[in-house]
Amino acid sequence: MNPFADLPVWVALIVGFFLILGSGLTLLGAIGLVRFESFYQRVHAPTLGTTWGAGGILLASMICFSALQSRPVMHEVLIAIFIVVTTPVSLMLLVRAVLYRDRIEGSGDVPSFEPTRDASQEAQPPHGKA
Amino acid sequence: MSGVIIVWAVTIAQIFLVGAMACALLRLARGPRAQDRVLGFDALYVAAMLLVLTIGIRTGSTIYFEAALVISLLGFVSTVALAKFLMRGEVIE
Repeated sequence: MNPFADLPVWVALIVGFFLILGSGLTLLGAIGLVRFESFYQRVHAPTLGTTWGAGGILLASMICFSALQSRPVMHEVLIAIFIVVTTPVSLMLLVRAVLYRDRIEGSGDVPSFEPTRDASQEAQPPHGKA
Repeated sequence: MSGVIIVWAVTIAQIFLVGAMACALLRLARGPRAQDRVLGFDALYVAAMLLVLTIGIRTGSTIYFEAALVISLLGFVSTVALAKFLMRGEVIE
């Protein structure tokens, strides 16, 4: 029937546990994406799916293929490293862009631009020649 | 026995992931501003990549791994391009 019939039961239990853990956490993150109020709260929710959601399903895939092929199958580590590296980069870029847009529009819920040190020094009156 | 366990776990996981994709799609369609749509798209491609991985586990073939890798690569590039567009109004300056 299916290729998993000759796997030991404890391998199947571990694979099933990690599959349901990963997909359940991804679903929780997506529900949070719908239900949170503001954008800055919402941006936290999908990271649940990219950390343990992806981690659980990739672990399940690694364990399943290692047991099927009777050798360690490690190429899912590539996706894991890629996801872990790229998610903070893309979300930080997105949030900085949104912060910039909110400040330009002057909406009240974000802090405005802080005066930098150079700007405060330029604001001082120049010394007159005595 | 173990075949039954894995097939049921994969089915439940696929139902959860399709639910996650539906939530992300809802945010993508309803989002009040452009950044909410970009965030919904980001969650959508991650859930789609995980769904492709679970299809790979169910069929027992490693072909789907490359598809998931390509989805995650292109999703990262497109999210960065969209964030850049929101910041500057253009992608390539």
